[in-house]
Amino acid sequence: MSDTNTSTSPELVLDVKGLEGGYGQIQVLHGLDFHVADGEIVIILGANGAGKTTTLRAVSGMIARTGSIKLRGEEISSAKAPDLVRQGVAHVPQGRGTLPELSVEDNLRVGAYIRNDDEVDADIDQWFDVYPVLRERKNQRAGSLSGGEQQMLAVSRALMSRPSLLLLDEPSLGLAPIIVAELFERFAEINKETGTTMLVVEQNAQLALGIGDRGYVLESGEIFTEGPADQLINDDAIRKAYLGV
Amino acid sequence: MDLFIARIFDGLSNGATYALIAMALVMIFKATTLINFAQGEFAMFGGFIVLVLATERGLPMWIAVVVGMLISALLAAGIERTLIRPFDPADHLPLVIITLGLFLAINAIAGIVWRFDPRAFPELFPSGNALSVGNATLSWYTIGTLTTIAVVAGGLTLLLNKTKVGLAFRAVSSNLESSELVGIKVGPTLQFGWAIAAAVGTLGVCVFVASPFRQLEPQVMVTGLIFAVSAAALGGLDSLGGAIVGGLAIGLVQSIAVPYLGIPSELSLLAAVVVLMLVLLFKPSGLFGTPQVERV
Repeated sequence: MSDTNTSTSPELVLDVKGLEGGYGQIQVLHGLDFHVADGEIVIILGANGAGKTTTLRAVSGMIARTGSIKLRGEEISSAKAPDLVRQGVAHVPQGRGTLPELSVEDNLRVGAYIRNDDEVDADIDQWFDVYPVLRERKNQRAGSLSGGEQQMLAVSRALMSRPSLLLLDEPSLGLAPIIVAELFERFAEINKETGTTMLVVEQNAQLALGIGDRGYVLESGEIFTEGPADQLINDDAIRKAYLGV
Repeated sequence: MDLFIARIFDGLSNGATYALIAMALVMIFKATTLINFAQGEFAMFGGFIVLVLATERGLPMWIAVVVGMLISALLAAGIERTLIRPFDPADHLPLVIITLGLFLAINAIAGIVWRFDPRAFPELFPSGNALSVGNATLSWYTIGTLTTIAVVAGGLTLLLNKTKVGLAFRAVSSNLESSELVGIKVGPTLQFGWAIAAAVGTLGVCVFVASPFRQLEPQVMVTGLIFAVSAAALGGLDSLGGAIVGGLAIGLVQSIAVPYLGIPSELSLLAAVVVLMLVLLFKPSGLFGTPQVERV
């Protein structure tokens, strides 16, 4: 795809070096190096407590962090979440992250909060075409949707900002396997059709690596191993730890 | 019968003020689930600004009201920025203490600047009666107060549902983190809520003391706030429509139930507190509020 060894390469959407972060006195991330190239789907695997969610929160500006985070070459490690949205980062947090008291349609509309163009209604319509169940429920409160529908809404809501980098935090959490499979299929399609670069945190290694280009395995806040998705999926240690086979 | 009808009209016009202050409380509660105990004092202070503009600066009354609302909004925005925002919005106790401190401070400042003597307030609505039913009369003042709450409720509803800043405000009310993740700056959005609330509260006090039977003084909203809090709780704390129904209902309780049950008027404040207590006990989400839902 691109020469990913040079950190200044313009094809890198995200280039992270020595990332540290945590909550108050508790340091969770102990110097992570990883990168995501333009158009890639990169998967971060790891057990509970490995620091996967913290990594995404550090990238999207939800927590204080140190180290270098470059978004298309620009240093963003001191930027806060609302500003990073304007720079093209969209984050779907763990546990859906919809606005439960707002209607489905208002959730999509607020997703386009940073936009000032006149294509917002057309984009809402487009997401209703992708997920017709959302159109049926457009006037319902988002909090009344099922878990799967809320995840569809959360992803559509994030994409309404027309991001160049989508961060997905365990989209499979608490959902039935068939719904998870559909969701991931759709992520792959969205990636292919819109070219949206994705960084996906998952415990469901099989499914995630199935749509991913590359992956990193996180352990105790450090990168334990990394590689192309098809290589990780066949790696014995990974298979034992994360695939349960 | 005439007396009964007269009491209904009285109750409605008192209730209109409670409804306006209650709507101001609801705006802040929606965003922060916090009751601003200084809301009545914000409003009283705004009322004095309007009085000064109208009587000392010679502005036409309604223009003085609008300018006064803008000035109160700016003052409230400044207070939000300096005294509220530095604190964790999820930790309510320090914030409640700050609003209580503001209550005392604003009351004292108003007393120092304008003294504690009651002052006549110019009329906002035509004097006299619009119609008479037997001996009971419906005054233009009552019609004016009811029209005012209808206009304010309509305006706030449009603002919240049809504008971008309204959408941001509703988003912040729903979920802080998700709001930040769509690019909303939470601080300025909450500040907007404080400003709107102060403006609505100022209008509420102006309407209240524009009655020919009332005057403006620093203590004017001390008991009014209790009625307004009861009204907001009865309506559901996060519902603007509920604030209106609650305000009018509390006004009616005060003007009808209190005299017919023979409760001394000195205890009418207690009636409001009893209503508040019963609501909190039996229907904590009020008549129109959003029930608290535990999400898993």
